[in-house]
Amino acid sequence: MRDEKNHISTYRSLVTVLVILLALTTISVLITGIHLGPVTVAVALLIASVKVAIVITQFMHLKFENLFLKLAVSGVLTLFVLVIVITFIDYFFR
Amino acid sequence: MGNETQPSYLEYQGRHKGLAGWLLSTDHKRIGLLYLYSIVVFFFVAAFLGLLMRIELIAPGKTIMEPQTYNGLFTIHGIIMIFVIVIPGLAAVFGNFFLPILIGARDVAFPKLNLFSWYLYITGAVLGVMSQFMGSGPPDTGWTFYVPYSVESATSVIWALTAAFILGFSSILTGLNFIVTIHRMRAPGMKWFRMPLFPWALYATAWIQVLATPIVGITLLMVIAERVLNIGFFDPALGGDPVLFQHLFWIYSHPAVYIMILPAMGVVTEIFPTFSQKPVFGYGAIVVSSLAIAFVGYFVWGHHMFTSGMSYYARWFFSFLTFIVAVPSAIKVFNWISTMYGGSIDLKPPLLYAISFIFLFMIGGFTGLVLGSLATNVQTHDTAFVVAHFHYIIFGGMGFAFFAGMHYWYPKMFGKMYNNRVANIAWGFNFVGFNLLYFPHFIIGIQGMPRRSYDYLPQFHTGHFLSTIGAFILIAGLLLMLYNFIRAGRRGEKAPANPWHGVTLEWKIPSPPPHENFDEIPEITSRPYFFGSKEKTNQ
Repeated sequence: MRDEKNHISTYRSLVTVLVILLALTTISVLITGIHLGPVTVAVALLIASVKVAIVITQFMHLKFENLFLKLAVSGVLTLFVLVIVITFIDYFFR
Repeated sequence: MGNETQPSYLEYQGRHKGLAGWLLSTDHKRIGLLYLYSIVVFFFVAAFLGLLMRIELIAPGKTIMEPQTYNGLFTIHGIIMIFVIVIPGLAAVFGNFFLPILIGARDVAFPKLNLFSWYLYITGAVLGVMSQFMGSGPPDTGWTFYVPYSVESATSVIWALTAAFILGFSSILTGLNFIVTIHRMRAPGMKWFRMPLFPWALYATAWIQVLATPIVGITLLMVIAERVLNIGFFDPALGGDPVLFQHLFWIYSHPAVYIMILPAMGVVTEIFPTFSQKPVFGYGAIVVSSLAIAFVGYFVWGHHMFTSGMSYYARWFFSFLTFIVAVPSAIKVFNWISTMYGGSIDLKPPLLYAISFIFLFMIGGFTGLVLGSLATNVQTHDTAFVVAHFHYIIFGGMGFAFFAGMHYWYPKMFGKMYNNRVANIAWGFNFVGFNLLYFPHFIIGIQGMPRRSYDYLPQFHTGHFLSTIGAFILIAGLLLMLYNFIRAGRRGEKAPANPWHGVTLEWKIPSPPPHENFDEIPEITSRPYFFGSKEKTNQ
């Protein structure tokens, strides 16, 4: 078993992340009132992806992990991005 | 390496005795057998339901059941066969039993999670069967649960959806366990490219299980939410999109085909070198093709939806990728045949089934190209041609590979030898019965026979009649095979440690394996599959 290190985030950084997440949630609610046409879902997904990235790196401590784990998580996220993009080949051109 | 003093896992008496010693065991081998016994029981239930459907279709018009009963039968036949048998099948049985042994470990990384996965599995499986008898009648949507019908059907669809949801969790946890086991528990010296090919296949499969299964889980929950809470995910009247369901369902369910077939490919890849007494041809190509199938397999789901009203560009894209995914499969076939070429071929039952796997899988694969091509898909979509194609892939592929694996590893798992002659006869019944059952579906499908149809026009009678005869022959072969295994378990000769002269790690330990597999964890110094040169094997 490898030696595990404890990483304690400061209250300041945790509160900052919380404020950013709340702000992004507010933006994604407000943006539903603006008519963006077919871009609506893409914008919603973009905001959600930024929130996911913040949660994974900050709250789930991915930023403290080794390169392999970062690459593995990046690969998984890339896969899901590809799946969503390919689905939209149908929706944009239907 | 093998421990002669430890009791075998069958004799081992731990904290719990008797039945509790099995139901509470965290030994990967016992859990593998729990899956095996469960799968065999459910398989014969679903096969019996299939036989009833074939009897109904032996002649036009009503034969033995009402149309609604037929709809319920093909739904539960599909749900049990797909979600309870072929998706977990090979990985849960042979993966659990042999993965730790093949990589030189004493167990999987999370033994308790492994047992919990089986309990989830059995809960989902029982719930699936119970859906036939609960609420307002057997679900009649087919195993694909297509909306809008699955939202509107008055039958017990929610029970079946919940069953599939729970089974998905079991699959995810098994996949997670295998990924961590392969990353963290390989024997000293077993670098990635010294790992046998069955673990490689399980590794590729596990990633699909972990990454794709949650998507169908959420999708099934969305259908439940739409039925119960009237949320408009898929109903156009509520602002939903029915084609979205098909996207989400097949984003999982097409990769699920590879969850079924990749371990099957892994099993036969172990068998060909052993029964040819020759190193596997193109080890690296087989590894890369497994990973390529797993990766590209994520992006071809749309070929199930060519007639759904999907955009032209999406259809073109999915058709193109479907042809691409055939390439790594073809590489594997080339490697298996090349492995046998020039070898000392010993045509024992495992090899018979493995060669049959190639033959049947190739027919399934080539007819898959007919369905993957846009023009011909329009003609054959939702016809008996599709039924024939996927039974050739799933039963001819996964099923025959499962039988190959059973005959290959039975002496190791149970420490007994089965009767080769009976096994060969059963193979003959299975092979002839299978082809007679499903090949006529290609022909009547091209002629226009729709799938999932209770009745048919007189011109399809000959095809259906032959198919039903084939079903009886196949059932006879399956029962004979089962009898042979049961008889061997009770009265078979004691199996030696290495009856087939294999060179991978499972053949270095006694039959049946000791409780903890190895006395000392082996040190691996070279790639597997070197025959006739002791210093180059895994010893």
